[in-house]
Amino acid sequence: MSDELIQRIISCIAESQKIPRENITLDSTFEELGIDSLDGVNILFLLENEFNINIPDEGVQGIRGVRQMVEALEKLLSGGANTGAVAQS
Amino acid sequence: MGRRRVVITGIGVVSALGRDAREFWQALVEGRPGIGPITLLDMSAMRFQNGAQARSFNPAEHFQQKELDFLDRFAQFAVVAAREAVRDAGVEWTAGLRERSAIVTGSCVGGKASEDEGFQTLYLLRKPRVNPLTIPRTMGNAGASYVSMETGICGPTYTVSTACSSANHAIGQAFWMVRDGIVELALTGGSEAPFSMGHLKAWEAMRVVAPDTCRPFSKDRRGMILGEGGAMMVLEPLEAAQARGARIYAEIVGFGMSSDAHHLTQPSVEGPARAIRAALADGGLAPEQIGYINAHGTATPANDPTEVAAVRAALGAQAERLAISSTKSMHGHALGAAGAIEAIATVLALREGVLPPTANFTTPDPLCDLDVVPNQARRAEVECALSNSFAFGGLNAVLAFRRWEG
Repeated sequence: MSDELIQRIISCIAESQKIPRENITLDSTFEELGIDSLDGVNILFLLENEFNINIPDEGVQGIRGVRQMVEALEKLLSGGANTGAVAQS
Repeated sequence: MGRRRVVITGIGVVSALGRDAREFWQALVEGRPGIGPITLLDMSAMRFQNGAQARSFNPAEHFQQKELDFLDRFAQFAVVAAREAVRDAGVEWTAGLRERSAIVTGSCVGGKASEDEGFQTLYLLRKPRVNPLTIPRTMGNAGASYVSMETGICGPTYTVSTACSSANHAIGQAFWMVRDGIVELALTGGSEAPFSMGHLKAWEAMRVVAPDTCRPFSKDRRGMILGEGGAMMVLEPLEAAQARGARIYAEIVGFGMSSDAHHLTQPSVEGPARAIRAALADGGLAPEQIGYINAHGTATPANDPTEVAAVRAALGAQAERLAISSTKSMHGHALGAAGAIEAIATVLALREGVLPPTANFTTPDPLCDLDVVPNQARRAEVECALSNSFAFGGLNAVLAFRRWEG
Protein backbone atom coordinates (compact mmCIF):
# COMPACT_ATOMS: atom_id res chain seq x y z
CA MET A 1 0.00 0.00 0.00
CA SER A 2 2.01 3.00 -1.20
CA ASP A 3 1.88 6.25 0.70
CA GLU A 4 1.52 8.18 -2.54
CA LEU A 5 -1.59 6.20 -3.45
CA ILE A 6 -3.08 6.78 -0.01
CA GLN A 7 -2.41 10.53 -0.23
CA ARG A 8 -3.94 10.86 -3.70
CA ILE A 9 -7.07 9.03 -2.59
CA ILE A 10 -7.34 11.14 0.56
CA SER A 11 -6.99 14.26 -1.58
CA CYS A 12 -9.95 13.17 -3.73
CA ILE A 13 -12.07 12.49 -0.67
CA ALA A 14 -11.11 15.85 0.84
CA GLU A 15 -11.99 17.61 -2.42
CA SER A 16 -15.36 15.88 -2.66
CA GLN A 17 -16.32 16.51 0.94
CA LYS A 18 -14.80 19.98 1.19
CA ILE A 19 -12.98 19.01 4.37
CA PRO A 20 -9.28 19.39 5.34
CA ARG A 21 -7.07 16.47 4.35
CA GLU A 22 -5.85 16.33 7.94
CA ASN A 23 -9.29 15.18 9.04
CA ILE A 24 -8.96 12.01 6.96
CA THR A 25 -6.86 9.00 7.93
CA LEU A 26 -6.46 5.53 6.51
CA ASP A 27 -8.76 4.28 9.26
CA SER A 28 -11.54 6.84 8.75
CA THR A 29 -14.91 5.32 7.94
CA PHE A 30 -17.23 6.97 5.41
CA GLU A 31 -19.79 7.30 8.16
CA GLU A 32 -17.35 9.29 10.32
CA LEU A 33 -16.60 11.55 7.37
CA GLY A 34 -20.29 12.08 6.61
CA ILE A 35 -20.00 10.38 3.23
CA ASP A 36 -23.34 9.11 1.91
CA SER A 37 -24.12 7.18 -1.28
CA LEU A 38 -24.30 10.29 -3.47
CA ASP A 39 -20.96 11.54 -2.07
CA GLY A 40 -19.62 8.07 -2.77
CA VAL A 41 -20.36 8.22 -6.50
CA ASN A 42 -18.81 11.68 -6.60
CA ILE A 43 -15.62 10.36 -4.98
CA LEU A 44 -15.49 7.52 -7.52
CA PHE A 45 -15.81 10.09 -10.30
CA LEU A 46 -12.90 12.11 -8.90
CA LEU A 47 -10.81 8.95 -8.52
CA GLU A 48 -11.55 7.90 -12.12
CA ASN A 49 -10.24 11.26 -13.30
CA GLU A 50 -7.29 11.29 -10.91
CA PHE A 51 -6.05 7.85 -11.96
CA ASN A 52 -7.40 7.92 -15.52
CA ILE A 53 -9.28 4.65 -15.15
CA ASN A 54 -12.84 3.36 -15.32
CA ILE A 55 -13.99 1.97 -12.00
CA PRO A 56 -16.70 -0.66 -12.47
CA ASP A 57 -19.73 -0.76 -10.17
CA GLU A 58 -18.81 -4.22 -9.01
CA GLY A 59 -16.21 -4.33 -6.30
CA VAL A 60 -16.84 -0.80 -5.02
CA GLN A 61 -20.39 -1.17 -3.77
CA GLY A 62 -19.47 -2.51 -0.33
CA ILE A 63 -16.74 0.04 0.41
CA ARG A 64 -17.34 1.74 3.75
CA GLY A 65 -13.99 3.35 4.60
CA VAL A 66 -10.72 4.82 3.36
CA ARG A 67 -8.65 1.67 3.85
CA GLN A 68 -11.11 -0.41 1.82
CA MET A 69 -11.08 2.24 -0.89
CA VAL A 70 -7.27 2.21 -1.06
CA GLU A 71 -7.24 -1.59 -1.25
CA ALA A 72 -9.83 -1.61 -4.04
CA LEU A 73 -7.93 1.04 -6.04
CA GLU A 74 -4.64 -0.79 -5.53
CA LYS A 75 -6.20 -3.93 -6.97
CA LEU A 76 -7.71 -2.04 -9.91
CA LEU A 77 -4.47 -0.21 -10.73
CA SER A 78 -2.44 -3.39 -10.63
CA GLY A 79 -4.86 -4.87 -13.14
CA GLY A 80 -5.90 -7.50 -10.62
CA ALA A 81 -7.93 -10.45 -11.78
CA ASN A 82 -11.57 -9.75 -12.63
CA THR A 83 -11.43 -6.13 -11.56
CA GLY A 84 -12.71 -4.96 -14.90
CA ALA A 85 -10.61 -1.79 -14.76
CA VAL A 86 -10.03 -0.28 -18.16
CA ALA A 87 -7.25 2.22 -18.67
CA GLN A 88 -8.34 5.22 -20.68
CA SER A 89 -6.20 6.32 -23.58
CA MET B 1 -69.97 23.51 -7.29
CA GLY B 2 -69.22 20.58 -5.00
CA ARG B 3 -66.73 17.84 -5.66
CA ARG B 4 -67.57 15.67 -8.64
CA ARG B 5 -66.68 12.04 -9.16
CA VAL B 6 -64.05 11.64 -11.90
CA VAL B 7 -63.61 8.67 -14.23
CA ILE B 8 -61.12 7.54 -16.84
CA THR B 9 -62.76 7.13 -20.24
CA GLY B 10 -59.80 6.81 -22.60
CA ILE B 11 -56.24 5.52 -22.45
CA GLY B 12 -53.21 5.53 -24.72
CA VAL B 13 -49.72 4.06 -24.24
CA VAL B 14 -46.53 3.92 -26.29
CA SER B 15 -43.82 1.91 -24.55
CA ALA B 16 -41.24 -0.81 -24.78
CA LEU B 17 -44.20 -3.17 -24.45
CA GLY B 18 -45.81 -2.13 -27.71
CA ARG B 19 -47.47 0.43 -29.89
CA ASP B 20 -50.71 0.89 -27.95
CA ALA B 21 -52.58 0.14 -24.75
CA ARG B 22 -53.73 -3.26 -26.01
CA GLU B 23 -50.19 -4.50 -26.70
CA PHE B 24 -49.03 -2.94 -23.41
CA TRP B 25 -51.61 -4.84 -21.39
CA GLN B 26 -50.98 -8.09 -23.24
CA ALA B 27 -47.27 -7.96 -22.32
CA LEU B 28 -48.04 -7.05 -18.70
CA VAL B 29 -50.43 -9.99 -18.32
CA GLU B 30 -47.87 -12.34 -19.85
CA GLY B 31 -45.14 -10.96 -17.58
CA ARG B 32 -43.05 -10.30 -20.66
CA PRO B 33 -40.35 -7.61 -20.22
CA GLY B 34 -39.49 -5.17 -23.00
CA ILE B 35 -35.91 -4.87 -21.78
CA GLY B 36 -32.92 -5.43 -24.07
CA PRO B 37 -29.90 -3.78 -25.68
CA ILE B 38 -30.41 -0.10 -26.49
CA THR B 39 -30.14 0.29 -30.27
CA LEU B 40 -30.95 3.98 -30.65
CA LEU B 41 -27.35 4.89 -29.81
CA ASP B 42 -23.84 3.55 -30.08
CA MET B 43 -23.53 2.07 -26.58
CA SER B 44 -19.95 0.86 -26.91
CA ALA B 45 -18.62 3.48 -24.48
CA MET B 46 -21.29 2.77 -21.87
CA ARG B 47 -20.98 0.65 -18.74
CA PHE B 48 -24.60 -0.52 -19.11
CA GLN B 49 -26.15 -1.71 -22.36
CA ASN B 50 -29.80 -2.46 -21.65
CA GLY B 51 -32.90 -0.35 -21.62
CA ALA B 52 -36.62 -0.55 -22.25
CA GLN B 53 -36.68 0.98 -25.71
CA ALA B 54 -39.93 1.45 -27.63
CA ARG B 55 -38.68 -0.71 -30.50
CA SER B 56 -41.98 -1.00 -32.32
CA PHE B 57 -42.46 2.77 -32.39
CA ASN B 58 -42.01 4.08 -35.92
CA PRO B 59 -42.33 7.89 -36.06
CA ALA B 60 -43.03 7.81 -39.80
CA GLU B 61 -46.27 5.89 -39.12
CA HIS B 62 -47.54 8.83 -37.10
CA PHE B 63 -46.04 12.04 -38.45
CA GLN B 64 -45.14 13.83 -41.65
CA GLN B 65 -41.45 14.66 -41.99
CA LYS B 66 -42.23 18.35 -41.54
CA GLU B 67 -43.91 17.56 -38.20
CA LEU B 68 -40.95 15.45 -37.09
CA ASP B 69 -38.67 18.45 -37.59
CA PHE B 70 -40.57 20.13 -34.76
CA LEU B 71 -40.94 17.19 -32.40
CA ASP B 72 -38.32 15.52 -30.24
CA ARG B 73 -38.96 11.83 -29.59
CA PHE B 74 -40.37 12.57 -26.11
CA ALA B 75 -42.99 14.90 -27.61
CA GLN B 76 -43.84 12.35 -30.31
CA PHE B 77 -44.66 9.85 -27.56
CA ALA B 78 -46.97 12.35 -25.86
CA VAL B 79 -48.80 13.12 -29.09
CA VAL B 80 -49.25 9.50 -30.17
CA ALA B 81 -50.46 8.44 -26.70
CA ALA B 82 -52.85 11.42 -26.58
CA ARG B 83 -54.30 10.57 -30.00
CA GLU B 84 -54.98 7.02 -28.85
CA ALA B 85 -56.57 8.16 -25.58
CA VAL B 86 -58.86 10.70 -27.27
CA ARG B 87 -59.87 8.20 -29.98
CA ASP B 88 -60.45 5.55 -27.31
CA ALA B 89 -62.66 7.88 -25.26
CA GLY B 90 -64.69 8.84 -28.33
CA VAL B 91 -64.63 12.49 -27.32
CA GLU B 92 -66.83 14.69 -29.48
CA TRP B 93 -65.25 18.10 -29.46
CA THR B 94 -67.25 21.29 -29.39
CA ALA B 95 -65.87 24.80 -29.11
CA GLY B 96 -67.18 24.99 -25.54
CA LEU B 97 -65.63 21.68 -24.51
CA ARG B 98 -62.25 22.65 -25.97
CA GLU B 99 -62.27 25.81 -23.90
CA ARG B 100 -63.20 23.89 -20.77
CA SER B 101 -60.62 21.13 -21.22
CA ALA B 102 -57.10 20.86 -19.78
CA ILE B 103 -53.87 19.18 -20.76
CA VAL B 104 -51.44 18.39 -17.96
CA THR B 105 -48.36 16.33 -18.76
CA GLY B 106 -45.26 15.23 -16.91
CA SER B 107 -41.71 15.10 -18.22
CA CYS B 108 -38.53 14.87 -16.24
CA VAL B 109 -35.90 15.77 -18.84
CA GLY B 110 -37.68 17.08 -21.97
CA GLY B 111 -35.99 16.88 -25.36
CA LYS B 112 -32.59 15.63 -24.26
CA ALA B 113 -31.69 14.10 -27.63
CA SER B 114 -32.33 17.42 -29.39
CA GLU B 115 -30.22 19.23 -26.80
CA ASP B 116 -27.43 16.69 -27.20
CA GLU B 117 -27.50 17.17 -30.95
CA GLY B 118 -27.05 20.92 -30.48
CA PHE B 119 -24.12 20.38 -28.11
CA GLN B 120 -22.47 17.98 -30.55
CA THR B 121 -22.83 20.54 -33.33
CA LEU B 122 -21.19 23.20 -31.16
CA TYR B 123 -18.55 21.37 -29.21
CA LEU B 124 -17.69 18.36 -31.37
CA LEU B 125 -18.25 19.60 -34.90
CA ARG B 126 -17.13 23.12 -33.89
CA LYS B 127 -19.90 24.70 -35.93
CA PRO B 128 -20.91 28.23 -34.96
CA ARG B 129 -24.69 27.71 -34.94
CA VAL B 130 -27.29 25.12 -33.94
CA ASN B 131 -30.68 24.09 -35.32
CA PRO B 132 -33.12 26.95 -34.62
CA LEU B 133 -35.76 24.40 -33.59
CA THR B 134 -33.60 23.25 -30.66
CA ILE B 135 -35.50 25.37 -28.14
CA PRO B 136 -39.06 24.34 -29.15
CA ARG B 137 -37.95 20.70 -29.47
CA THR B 138 -36.24 20.69 -26.09
CA MET B 139 -38.81 22.48 -23.92
CA GLY B 140 -40.55 20.22 -21.43
CA ASN B 141 -44.01 21.36 -22.50
CA ALA B 142 -43.43 20.57 -26.20
CA GLY B 143 -45.68 17.50 -26.03
CA ALA B 144 -48.48 19.27 -24.17
CA SER B 145 -48.36 22.22 -26.58
CA TYR B 146 -48.49 20.05 -29.67
CA VAL B 147 -51.41 18.05 -28.26
CA SER B 148 -53.17 21.34 -27.60
CA MET B 149 -52.64 22.49 -31.21
CA GLU B 150 -53.78 19.16 -32.58
CA THR B 151 -56.90 18.71 -30.45
CA GLY B 152 -57.79 22.38 -30.20
CA ILE B 153 -57.93 22.09 -26.40
CA CYS B 154 -57.42 25.66 -25.25
CA GLY B 155 -58.01 25.52 -21.50
CA PRO B 156 -55.28 25.14 -18.84
CA THR B 157 -52.28 23.45 -20.47
CA TYR B 158 -48.95 22.87 -18.75
CA THR B 159 -46.20 20.42 -17.89
CA VAL B 160 -44.99 19.36 -14.48
CA SER B 161 -41.38 18.36 -13.90
CA THR B 162 -40.72 16.58 -10.63
CA ALA B 163 -38.26 13.91 -11.78
CA CYS B 164 -39.77 10.43 -11.45
CA SER B 165 -43.01 11.77 -9.94
CA SER B 166 -43.75 14.15 -12.83
CA ALA B 167 -46.65 12.21 -14.36
CA ASN B 168 -48.29 11.42 -11.03
CA HIS B 169 -48.18 15.09 -10.08
CA ALA B 170 -49.61 15.92 -13.52
CA ILE B 171 -52.44 13.38 -13.33
CA GLY B 172 -53.23 14.37 -9.75
CA GLN B 173 -53.60 18.03 -10.64
CA ALA B 174 -55.69 17.23 -13.71
CA PHE B 175 -57.91 15.03 -11.51
CA TRP B 176 -58.40 17.84 -9.01
CA MET B 177 -59.25 20.33 -11.77
CA VAL B 178 -61.98 18.03 -13.11
CA ARG B 179 -63.22 17.12 -9.63
CA ASP B 180 -63.50 20.76 -8.59
CA GLY B 181 -65.27 21.90 -11.75
CA ILE B 182 -62.40 24.02 -13.06
CA VAL B 183 -62.52 22.03 -16.32
CA GLU B 184 -64.94 19.55 -17.89
CA LEU B 185 -62.31 17.21 -19.32
CA ALA B 186 -58.59 16.64 -18.88
CA LEU B 187 -56.08 14.90 -21.08
CA THR B 188 -53.23 13.96 -18.78
CA GLY B 189 -50.18 11.73 -18.46
CA GLY B 190 -46.53 12.00 -19.34
CA SER B 191 -43.80 11.15 -21.79
CA GLU B 192 -40.06 10.66 -21.78
CA ALA B 193 -37.25 9.78 -24.19
CA PRO B 194 -34.08 9.58 -22.08
CA PHE B 195 -31.88 7.72 -24.55
CA SER B 196 -29.31 10.33 -25.51
CA MET B 197 -25.59 9.87 -24.94
CA GLY B 198 -25.12 12.84 -22.63
CA HIS B 199 -28.07 11.84 -20.49
CA LEU B 200 -27.20 8.14 -20.33
CA LYS B 201 -23.63 9.05 -19.33
CA ALA B 202 -25.08 11.04 -16.44
CA TRP B 203 -27.07 7.98 -15.30
CA GLU B 204 -23.96 5.83 -15.68
CA ALA B 205 -22.06 8.19 -13.37
CA MET B 206 -24.78 7.81 -10.71
CA ARG B 207 -24.17 4.05 -10.60
CA VAL B 208 -27.83 3.14 -10.17
CA VAL B 209 -28.48 1.39 -13.51
CA ALA B 210 -28.42 -2.42 -13.60
CA PRO B 211 -26.05 -4.16 -16.01
CA ASP B 212 -28.60 -6.91 -16.70
CA THR B 213 -32.27 -6.33 -16.06
CA CYS B 214 -34.72 -4.81 -13.60
CA ARG B 215 -35.54 -7.13 -10.65
CA PRO B 216 -37.69 -5.18 -8.20
CA PHE B 217 -37.98 -6.61 -4.68
CA SER B 218 -35.68 -9.50 -5.62
CA LYS B 219 -32.62 -10.02 -3.42
CA ASP B 220 -30.33 -10.03 -6.46
CA ARG B 221 -31.63 -6.70 -7.83
CA ARG B 222 -28.85 -4.52 -9.20
CA GLY B 223 -30.58 -1.27 -10.00
CA MET B 224 -32.97 0.32 -12.41
CA ILE B 225 -33.41 -0.08 -16.15
CA LEU B 226 -34.24 3.15 -17.94
CA GLY B 227 -37.28 3.13 -20.19
CA GLU B 228 -38.99 5.41 -22.67
CA GLY B 229 -42.52 6.04 -23.81
CA GLY B 230 -45.65 8.02 -23.24
CA ALA B 231 -49.04 7.42 -21.67
CA MET B 232 -52.11 9.62 -21.60
CA MET B 233 -55.63 9.29 -20.22
CA VAL B 234 -58.89 11.16 -20.58
CA LEU B 235 -60.54 12.21 -17.32
CA GLU B 236 -64.16 13.31 -17.21
CA PRO B 237 -66.80 13.92 -14.55
CA LEU B 238 -68.79 10.73 -13.98
CA GLU B 239 -72.07 12.40 -14.89
CA ALA B 240 -70.80 13.68 -18.22
CA ALA B 241 -69.27 10.32 -19.09
CA GLN B 242 -72.51 8.51 -18.29
CA ALA B 243 -74.60 11.08 -20.16
CA ARG B 244 -72.71 10.43 -23.37
CA GLY B 245 -72.57 6.67 -22.81
CA ALA B 246 -68.78 6.56 -22.56
CA ARG B 247 -66.94 3.41 -21.57
CA ILE B 248 -65.56 3.84 -18.04
CA TYR B 249 -62.26 2.15 -17.22
CA ALA B 250 -62.09 3.10 -13.55
CA GLU B 251 -62.67 5.95 -11.15
CA ILE B 252 -59.81 8.14 -9.97
CA VAL B 253 -60.54 8.90 -6.34
CA GLY B 254 -57.50 10.26 -4.53
CA PHE B 255 -54.24 12.12 -4.89
CA GLY B 256 -51.61 12.66 -2.20
CA MET B 257 -48.31 14.51 -2.28
CA SER B 258 -45.44 15.08 0.10
CA SER B 259 -41.79 16.05 0.24
CA ASP B 260 -39.18 14.16 2.24
CA ALA B 261 -37.29 17.37 3.13
CA HIS B 262 -34.36 15.03 3.56
CA HIS B 263 -31.87 14.23 0.74
CA LEU B 264 -31.43 14.69 -3.01
CA THR B 265 -31.26 10.97 -3.78
CA GLN B 266 -31.69 8.86 -0.64
CA PRO B 267 -35.28 7.73 -0.18
CA SER B 268 -37.08 8.06 3.13
CA VAL B 269 -39.86 6.03 4.73
CA GLU B 270 -41.87 8.83 6.24
CA GLY B 271 -42.20 11.03 3.10
CA PRO B 272 -43.73 8.32 0.89
CA ALA B 273 -45.87 7.11 3.81
CA ARG B 274 -47.31 10.60 4.20
CA ALA B 275 -48.11 10.76 0.47
CA ILE B 276 -49.92 7.40 0.67
CA ARG B 277 -51.91 8.57 3.71
CA ALA B 278 -52.72 11.81 1.91
CA ALA B 279 -54.03 9.93 -1.14
CA LEU B 280 -56.27 7.79 1.09
CA ALA B 281 -57.56 10.85 2.95
CA ASP B 282 -58.20 12.69 -0.33
CA GLY B 283 -60.24 9.76 -1.61
CA GLY B 284 -61.99 9.03 1.69
CA LEU B 285 -60.51 5.53 1.61
CA ALA B 286 -59.61 3.17 4.44
CA PRO B 287 -56.45 1.02 4.18
CA GLU B 288 -58.67 -2.09 4.06
CA GLN B 289 -60.05 -0.99 0.68
CA ILE B 290 -56.63 -1.12 -0.99
CA GLY B 291 -56.05 -4.49 -2.66
CA TYR B 292 -53.23 -3.65 -5.04
CA ILE B 293 -50.34 -1.19 -5.29
CA ASN B 294 -48.42 -0.50 -8.45
CA ALA B 295 -45.11 0.22 -6.74
CA HIS B 296 -42.51 2.83 -7.54
CA GLY B 297 -40.32 -0.31 -7.41
CA THR B 298 -37.18 0.87 -9.21
CA ALA B 299 -35.09 -2.17 -8.17
CA THR B 300 -32.33 -0.02 -6.70
CA PRO B 301 -30.92 -1.44 -3.47
CA ALA B 302 -32.27 1.56 -1.54
CA ASN B 303 -35.73 2.14 -3.03
CA ASP B 304 -37.43 -1.20 -2.65
CA PRO B 305 -36.98 -1.88 1.10
CA THR B 306 -37.75 1.77 1.84
CA GLU B 307 -40.95 1.59 -0.20
CA VAL B 308 -41.99 -1.62 1.54
CA ALA B 309 -41.41 0.06 4.91
CA ALA B 310 -43.42 3.10 3.77
CA VAL B 311 -46.35 0.92 2.65
CA ARG B 312 -46.31 -0.81 6.05
CA ALA B 313 -46.08 2.51 7.88
CA ALA B 314 -49.03 3.95 5.95
CA LEU B 315 -51.34 0.93 5.65
CA GLY B 316 -50.57 -1.08 8.77
CA ALA B 317 -51.88 -4.64 8.77
CA GLN B 318 -53.43 -4.21 5.32
CA ALA B 319 -49.89 -4.13 3.87
CA GLU B 320 -49.60 -7.85 4.65
CA ARG B 321 -52.88 -8.63 2.86
CA LEU B 322 -52.57 -6.60 -0.34
CA ALA B 323 -50.54 -7.34 -3.48
CA ILE B 324 -47.82 -4.97 -4.68
CA SER B 325 -45.98 -5.31 -7.98
CA SER B 326 -43.53 -3.24 -9.97
CA THR B 327 -44.31 -3.16 -13.67
CA LYS B 328 -41.02 -1.28 -14.18
CA SER B 329 -39.66 -4.81 -14.39
CA MET B 330 -41.24 -4.89 -17.86
CA HIS B 331 -41.55 -1.30 -19.22
CA GLY B 332 -38.48 0.04 -17.43
CA HIS B 333 -38.23 3.30 -15.55
CA ALA B 334 -39.60 5.92 -17.90
CA LEU B 335 -38.82 8.77 -15.45
CA GLY B 336 -41.34 11.56 -16.07
CA ALA B 337 -43.65 9.17 -17.93
CA ALA B 338 -43.41 6.41 -15.31
CA GLY B 339 -46.43 7.50 -13.29
CA ALA B 340 -48.61 7.71 -16.40
CA ILE B 341 -47.61 4.30 -17.75
CA GLU B 342 -48.12 2.79 -14.30
CA ALA B 343 -51.44 4.56 -13.75
CA ILE B 344 -52.74 2.88 -16.90
CA ALA B 345 -51.38 -0.48 -15.73
CA THR B 346 -53.25 0.09 -12.45
CA VAL B 347 -56.49 1.13 -14.14
CA LEU B 348 -56.39 -1.91 -16.42
CA ALA B 349 -55.63 -4.18 -13.46
CA LEU B 350 -58.81 -2.93 -11.77
CA ARG B 351 -60.90 -3.21 -14.92
CA GLU B 352 -59.67 -6.63 -16.04
CA GLY B 353 -59.42 -8.15 -12.55
CA VAL B 354 -55.82 -9.19 -13.23
CA LEU B 355 -52.79 -7.98 -11.28
CA PRO B 356 -49.66 -7.59 -13.45
CA PRO B 357 -46.62 -9.28 -11.95
CA THR B 358 -43.17 -8.21 -10.85
CA ALA B 359 -41.16 -9.80 -13.66
CA ASN B 360 -37.55 -11.03 -13.48
CA PHE B 361 -38.03 -11.99 -9.83
CA THR B 362 -35.67 -14.73 -8.63
CA THR B 363 -35.05 -14.59 -4.88
CA PRO B 364 -37.12 -13.22 -1.99
CA ASP B 365 -35.50 -10.41 -0.01
CA PRO B 366 -36.37 -10.39 3.72
CA LEU B 367 -36.35 -6.57 3.51
CA CYS B 368 -39.06 -6.64 0.80
CA ASP B 369 -41.27 -9.39 2.17
CA LEU B 370 -44.68 -8.28 0.95
CA ASP B 371 -46.75 -10.14 -1.66
CA VAL B 372 -44.92 -8.85 -4.75
CA VAL B 373 -46.78 -11.01 -7.32
CA PRO B 374 -43.59 -12.64 -8.63
CA ASN B 375 -43.42 -13.36 -12.37
CA GLN B 376 -47.01 -14.54 -12.90
CA ALA B 377 -50.02 -12.29 -13.32
CA ARG B 378 -52.80 -13.09 -10.90
CA ARG B 379 -56.57 -12.97 -11.21
CA ALA B 380 -57.90 -10.81 -8.39
CA GLU B 381 -60.81 -8.42 -8.25
CA VAL B 382 -59.74 -5.65 -5.94
CA GLU B 383 -61.84 -2.66 -4.97
CA CYS B 384 -59.16 0.03 -4.92
CA ALA B 385 -55.54 0.39 -5.97
CA LEU B 386 -52.71 2.86 -5.48
CA SER B 387 -49.96 3.89 -7.89
CA ASN B 388 -46.79 5.18 -6.21
CA SER B 389 -44.18 7.57 -7.59
CA PHE B 390 -41.27 8.73 -5.43
CA ALA B 391 -38.81 11.10 -7.10
CA PHE B 392 -35.20 12.06 -6.67
CA GLY B 393 -35.29 15.22 -4.63
CA GLY B 394 -37.69 13.51 -2.22
CA LEU B 395 -40.92 14.45 -3.98
CA ASN B 396 -43.68 11.89 -3.61
CA ALA B 397 -47.01 11.57 -5.45
CA VAL B 398 -49.56 8.80 -5.01
CA LEU B 399 -52.77 8.23 -7.00
CA ALA B 400 -55.76 6.17 -5.82
CA PHE B 401 -58.20 4.44 -8.17
CA ARG B 402 -61.44 2.52 -7.63
CA ARG B 403 -62.80 -0.33 -9.71
CA TRP B 404 -65.80 0.74 -11.79
CA GLU B 405 -68.73 -1.57 -11.25
CA GLY B 406 -70.67 -0.27 -14.22
